[in-house]
Amino acid sequence: MPRGHHDIGGTTRDAGPINRAEHQLEDWEIVADAVNQALGARGIKRTDELRRAREQMDSELYRSLSYYERWIASMESILIEKKILTHEEIDRKVAEIEKKWGEP
Amino acid sequence: MSVDPSAKQTDEEHGHPHPRHELSYHAKRIYAIRELLLEKNVITREDIQTQIDYQEARSPANGAKLVARAWTDPKFKARLIADPKAACAEMGIDATSLNEFVVLENTEKVRHMVVCTLCSCYPRPILGRPPDWYKSFNYRARAVNDPRGVMREFGLEPGPDVEVRVHDSTADIRYLVLPLRPAGTETLSEQDLAKLVTRDSMIGVVDALPAVPGSKKTS
Repeated sequence: MPRGHHDIGGTTRDAGPINRAEHQLEDWEIVADAVNQALGARGIKRTDELRRAREQMDSELYRSLSYYERWIASMESILIEKKILTHEEIDRKVAEIEKKWGEP
Repeated sequence: MSVDPSAKQTDEEHGHPHPRHELSYHAKRIYAIRELLLEKNVITREDIQTQIDYQEARSPANGAKLVARAWTDPKFKARLIADPKAACAEMGIDATSLNEFVVLENTEKVRHMVVCTLCSCYPRPILGRPPDWYKSFNYRARAVNDPRGVMREFGLEPGPDVEVRVHDSTADIRYLVLPLRPAGTETLSEQDLAKLVTRDSMIGVVDALPAVPGSKKTS
């Protein structure tokens, strides 16, 4: 059984120096964190489910996304799996929000 | 550009806080997901605000309070190690959301260091959100096979006679490192001691700050 892309303790691919710079969380990251915790508090999803979704992600995608982007992708797949939301619904809502924001 | 989280405002009430074109595909999706969950009454605005407020209120100052008390009160230290959650409650810190919470005491002979190799498990009620480097691929990979190298990068160099123990945190077990009390701090108050306890010293990648800035650390 090969190691999953999340299971990197002691592996040699990521051998470089540790970037100790920290960024101030952006609004979307704070929202992602809070929505995730709120879903947990309501018993709608469990930490283990979100983790499974992250572990099942495409490895290239997992590597390419930032931390909270991975959370959002996992949250979306769990909410779709539980039939709470659909992918198309989210697409439509994104388009609606972009319009509201005055996106080109 | 980032928004000041202490302002506790979200985009729709106050105009969007960052240039739109900077928002990634997933960043846009969380706003859409939030709106849909609110429309469907899956969660409420209050739910979200409660979580934001709760997270803002948790910071390494909580951990520093615990450590400073443990340094000054041996009985409390014993309780903190024996039953960390109960000791947190004594200090008004709610750690009940943690499944299992373990306190690791550094000694002259042993230095503990905590990593989450799979993701970012971390005692949030005690230390707030994990730092970016804690979640990085390089830290997660190297903490296991090069812990001394990692410590060296952070400025900690335990002697060859000091054992380094690495603990892999999980969703079910989270850790707090109890750093060594710095030498020459016998006369300091608990409040002043707490100022020497940095977040990174409670993860174990560094020691607590020395009593006098620039003074030689004993290790």
